Amino acid sequence: MVDSVAPLPGQKPAADPAATKKTITPPPIEKIGVLRWLKENLFNSPFNTVLTIIMLFLLADWIPSFLQWGVFDAVWYTADHNVCRQADGACWAVVGEKHRPMLFGVYPYDEHWRLVVALIVYMITITLTLTPRCWSLKILVPLWIVGGGTVALMLWGGVLGLTYVDSSQWGGLPLTMVLFTGTVVLGFPVSILFALGRRSHLPAIKAICVTLIESMRGVPLITILFVAVNVFPLFLPEGLEIDKLFRVIVGMAIFFACYQAEVIRGGLQAIPRGQYEAAEALGLGYWQHTIKIILPQALRICLPGIVNHIIAALKNTSFVLIIGLFDILTATTAVMQDPLWRMFFVEAYLFVAVVYFIFCFALSKYSQKVEGWLNEGRRF
Amino acid sequence: MSESAMAQSATAEPVIQLTDVNKWYGDFQALRDINLSVDRGERVVVCGPSGSGKSTMIRCINRLEEHQRGTIVVDGIELTDNLKNIEAIRSEVGMVFQSFNLFPHLRVVDNLTLAPMWVRKMPKKEAEDLAMQYLERVQIPEQAYKFPGQLSGGQQQRVAIARALCMQPKIMLFDEPTSALDPEMIKEVLDVMVELAESGMTMIVVTHEMGFAKTVADKMVFMDDAEIVEVATPEIFFENPENDRTKLFLSQILTH
Repeated sequence: MVDSVAPLPGQKPAADPAATKKTITPPPIEKIGVLRWLKENLFNSPFNTVLTIIMLFLLADWIPSFLQWGVFDAVWYTADHNVCRQADGACWAVVGEKHRPMLFGVYPYDEHWRLVVALIVYMITITLTLTPRCWSLKILVPLWIVGGGTVALMLWGGVLGLTYVDSSQWGGLPLTMVLFTGTVVLGFPVSILFALGRRSHLPAIKAICVTLIESMRGVPLITILFVAVNVFPLFLPEGLEIDKLFRVIVGMAIFFACYQAEVIRGGLQAIPRGQYEAAEALGLGYWQHTIKIILPQALRICLPGIVNHIIAALKNTSFVLIIGLFDILTATTAVMQDPLWRMFFVEAYLFVAVVYFIFCFALSKYSQKVEGWLNEGRRF
Repeated sequence: MSESAMAQSATAEPVIQLTDVNKWYGDFQALRDINLSVDRGERVVVCGPSGSGKSTMIRCINRLEEHQRGTIVVDGIELTDNLKNIEAIRSEVGMVFQSFNLFPHLRVVDNLTLAPMWVRKMPKKEAEDLAMQYLERVQIPEQAYKFPGQLSGGQQQRVAIARALCMQPKIMLFDEPTSALDPEMIKEVLDVMVELAESGMTMIVVTHEMGFAKTVADKMVFMDDAEIVEVATPEIFFENPENDRTKLFLSQILTH
């Protein structure tokens, strides 16, 4: 030591009793009453005051009439469409009457219980996968094998006395979930590779990634689905056939990956040069520093954008309408062709909207939680 | 390589040898005909005005920058495009940066164990013991389970030194380690560096801390305008420098 008299920096707090005696003054408690909140948030400027008053008028007009239609005058339960026709309010009975073809599409009616089991297993698997306490390969790998296996067994059948159901007959909510999960699970790793490839120093890899991303982003999703379903089989050798649903998922996954890659690239670009240098100076190789240093920080930075695209991917599954797959929205459209119930399509679509909303809202809430976890210990 | 043969043969042979090193950024020449040799256990302090090429020179030694002409031999291995050689040298040469460059998403202890576990393939337990040992050496073992963002600048820089030491390097490079620190934190970092110098570590330090230089340096290197202007022992360098540019520089920084 240059100067051995000075106290060692690390020991300073413990060796200094004065520090512990200091009285701590708490910050003043702000009085936050309802009136104060109203004043600060709704009436804090003339413009906001006018807006608030206009909104109050509109709400006063709409809320009672919506409640009248949707609750007080509504028909909740009837098998007779004529009861609905005579009522003034909404006909929620249409959901009860038609929920099975809406939720499960053209899947054989007597086998619908299998889809219920599949959906329950799916929800449990996803929930556990997203729970931090389960984040170790020892739990996740068996979970995915069992969960994925059960869902596949229930959907396809063909063994254990279950009748075989071809994937062309799948429909409704399970189909939406299969499309969505397949897209994200296949597409997300690919999007990371695309994002890294686009920033690669190797010209060939960079060129391939740039061309792919730009060309995929240049065409509508519908075109890609059309190519995957109708054009792609023409290039396959005779006799070789790839499942249509699988082709659709791959097409959606590549489309998803190309958009997601650009979001992740934004995160990669936000990492300071010093992080790469520090990792390199320690002797870490490319994949080591990419996996351990760069990606965790980059993905954290662009998490809101990533979740944004995942939610969009969930809703994009409804595009399969044009290639003859019956996801929950298409199935509902088909069910609503029934002339007896056709006039209650608003209620049916509202129901589907609520289903979509529940999933999308859960996703966005979950992402807020993840952001909270990632910010722990870094608020200083 | 004749240099590598020499490096292994005797005790007082240079562990770092730069011969006629040149580097350009576009048309701008950043290093001009740099010749420098550093012996095992030697402490070299590099100083000079900003933009003179000090940082570029030491960054060439672990190839964070690529030199375009001349040879650099570190510990018997010549630096070329060969990735294996570069990674081998980087794991033997520790580096401390001006801006710390700790990994903000990892706790202090994980910052320290990362390279030993991944590059040296050390078991986790062993790497953690090693990390705690070096955290005690830089006197902040109680900070092990915090994130870098919760530490002061001086503490962060000491963690960065400990992180480099965890790879048990033969050579340590310091690129202006105290320039980003508040004055009261400079001393705690310099104390650690002095202790490290006294333990016999080979060190190249780019710094403007002339008190530190006088205390530990075996050799002073003064750079200006992309070249090495003067190399001397600290006694001669501070009392009786030969070159006019050195005199001017010293008169400017020592008057404060």
